[in-house]
Amino acid sequence: MGRHAAWLRLLRNLPRKLPFPKGTLRLAVAACIAASGIGAPVLAQSQTIKIGYLNGPLSKEKISLIDIPAPNDGLAGAQLAIDDNNTTGSFIGQRFELIESKIDEDADPAPAVKALADQGVAFIAANLPANQLLQAADAGKASGEILINAGAPDERLREQDCRANVIHVAPTRYMLADALAQYLVLRKWRNWFLVSGSHDGDKAFADALRHAARRFGAKIVAEKEFKDTGGARRTDSGLAEVQRQMIDLTQGTSDYDILVAADESEVFAGYLPYRTWIPRPVAGSAGLVPTTWDAAFDQWGALQLQNRFKKKYRRFMTPLDMQLWTAVRIVGEAAAHTNSADGTKLFAYIKSPDFSVAAFKGQKLTLRDWNLQLRQPILLFDGRNTVSISPQEGFLHQSSELDTLGLDRPETKCKLQ
Amino acid sequence: MIGTGAFKYFGLTVAALAAMTAPSLAYTAYVSNEKGNSVSVVDTDTLKTIATIKTGERPRGIEVSRDGKFVFVATGDDNTIQIIDTATRKVAGDLPSGPDPEQFALDPAGQFLYVANEDDAAVTVIDVAARKAVAKIPVGVEPEGIAISPDGKTVICTSETTSMAHFIDTTDRKVVANVLVGSRPRSAAFKPDGSELWITSEVGGGLSIVDPATRKITKTVRFAIPGLRAEKIQPVGINITRDGKLGFIHLGPSNRIAVVDGTTHEVLKYLLVGQRVWHGAFTPDGKYLLAANGLSNDVSVIDVASLKVIKSIQVGELPWGVAMGPK
Repeated sequence: MGRHAAWLRLLRNLPRKLPFPKGTLRLAVAACIAASGIGAPVLAQSQTIKIGYLNGPLSKEKISLIDIPAPNDGLAGAQLAIDDNNTTGSFIGQRFELIESKIDEDADPAPAVKALADQGVAFIAANLPANQLLQAADAGKASGEILINAGAPDERLREQDCRANVIHVAPTRYMLADALAQYLVLRKWRNWFLVSGSHDGDKAFADALRHAARRFGAKIVAEKEFKDTGGARRTDSGLAEVQRQMIDLTQGTSDYDILVAADESEVFAGYLPYRTWIPRPVAGSAGLVPTTWDAAFDQWGALQLQNRFKKKYRRFMTPLDMQLWTAVRIVGEAAAHTNSADGTKLFAYIKSPDFSVAAFKGQKLTLRDWNLQLRQPILLFDGRNTVSISPQEGFLHQSSELDTLGLDRPETKCKLQ
Repeated sequence: MIGTGAFKYFGLTVAALAAMTAPSLAYTAYVSNEKGNSVSVVDTDTLKTIATIKTGERPRGIEVSRDGKFVFVATGDDNTIQIIDTATRKVAGDLPSGPDPEQFALDPAGQFLYVANEDDAAVTVIDVAARKAVAKIPVGVEPEGIAISPDGKTVICTSETTSMAHFIDTTDRKVVANVLVGSRPRSAAFKPDGSELWITSEVGGGLSIVDPATRKITKTVRFAIPGLRAEKIQPVGINITRDGKLGFIHLGPSNRIAVVDGTTHEVLKYLLVGQRVWHGAFTPDGKYLLAANGLSNDVSVIDVASLKVIKSIQVGELPWGVAMGPK
């Protein structure tokens, strides 16, 4: 606008005698202004959208060496999504930035949330345990922060402890258990031997599996708990011990079709395949595992994402990477469709019925309006290949088959304020 | 003049004339089999597969040269576009397509080939005669669909993850405009008279009608099939008749092709075909539309006049698309 005014001033202040009529000059100036685009409708001027990534330490306690997470597990997924958002953004004048914020285990996330808010961050993708996530959400409420939960599977975060400023991309334990149960029931492997760990997360997953069994018609014919008595996972000659332990653990039950293990803490389940007393497959926390992503998944264009990821980060993409990718892409999609960088506008669009995100799952993913949980298919992975994808054929639903996974609208305790 | 990508929409006057005076000329359809690493050769007179040509890895996009002498097939995992000699039915060479080519199109003059490099966020321009890549144009994330305007001045490229259709000026070889469409746009096609640009959104589920002059969406066509989940309706391929009166939209895992009125854009009919129908091509006389059904390993033959599916022809594994040539 300043340049336009300057040209007009110049025109007005021209000397009286010109070698050509003033009208010609005015025409020429107008042409210059038109050509330079001043006064013409302007596309979104360069907008910057800053997205936060709030995370705690990654757990290195894994049974298999292969499962020990890379230092950038999760972060890489978020960074790739920022790149993808920026490629789109380059065509519409939008720029995305990721601001990572690491906090300690059990630390109060409020100062970190405030620091992000001060930098103009509206959306904070988070990989935090439930308690810290709720603290972060509550700390950010006043400044309009919106958390995107990309890590915590706890049901209560979507039920009695739901928050109006939290979007959930991570699946719930019930969604994972239901995904597995549908496949097992479809295959008529209905008699389950449930072995649960002794930590809270393990028990919560065991509850989810019991719920899934009731819901889909499987029967838990035997149950045991594996008490974690401590001890190292990495030992030099421990295999012999483990072999004996697993035989002891699984001996003496009635017959069953499949052993379903609830071991979120990764204490014993990884040792179960091929070590059960009677020869039976294992599922749940080991064997056939329900998950949002696996490095072998190549359906629905997923190969393209896997290739992009591997080329940049030189390792396989994990479920946590995918959950963070999806979280950051949600913001990107909203920004592209609203042509805005304003957090309130973006969140309103995300909550609207028009919103969906494409995440290589063969159908558009939308949010459950009652608790802002992302509906999604769940993969069943055997450690090497994707075996199946739930929801399974034949499990019907009146509005979305994806809602056969996890707690549904009529069952919810969530009332978003 | 016979059989090119743009040819899908134009048809062939010579063949039409011949068809009026003599029994219909048989045309040859070439079907790319993504998993089978082959191209099936189908005789459109007998409606049978008569030969199978071995190709490189993961053949998908397929077109026939203007003179009908060659079939171009994009072998994605080999990062090249193979040239098949239609007389010998053997691979005779390749074009430097850039990495992971899937869809591509030949310009009306048959001089340049524009290919979308999915892994690279770019469109590569190939001089066909020189067999050289002459330009690389950056576009959005995961480009796939390519279409060339009938006047040859604009190339459209759709980016699946960016969900945009990019307008590329063929002289400057630059992106001059972009339009945001529904999620995961797979294919683009111009009406033969250049008055409309159609774009399918696989995940968004709709068909966007774009005015090529204003470069804005004028309408979004939605599909609904009684008793079928909306999520299963995933529009991919587009085939518009030479006279622009009918458009056939291949709806993926819904196993149907929607027949869309070229003027009103109303859905007239759904044709039940095989499983996961993605791409097809008209015979040069416009009599039949052949559509590739990826998951049932066959090609459906649609009689365009009666809008009926008259036959299924067994082809190779995971057929992706069809291109037409003279016998």
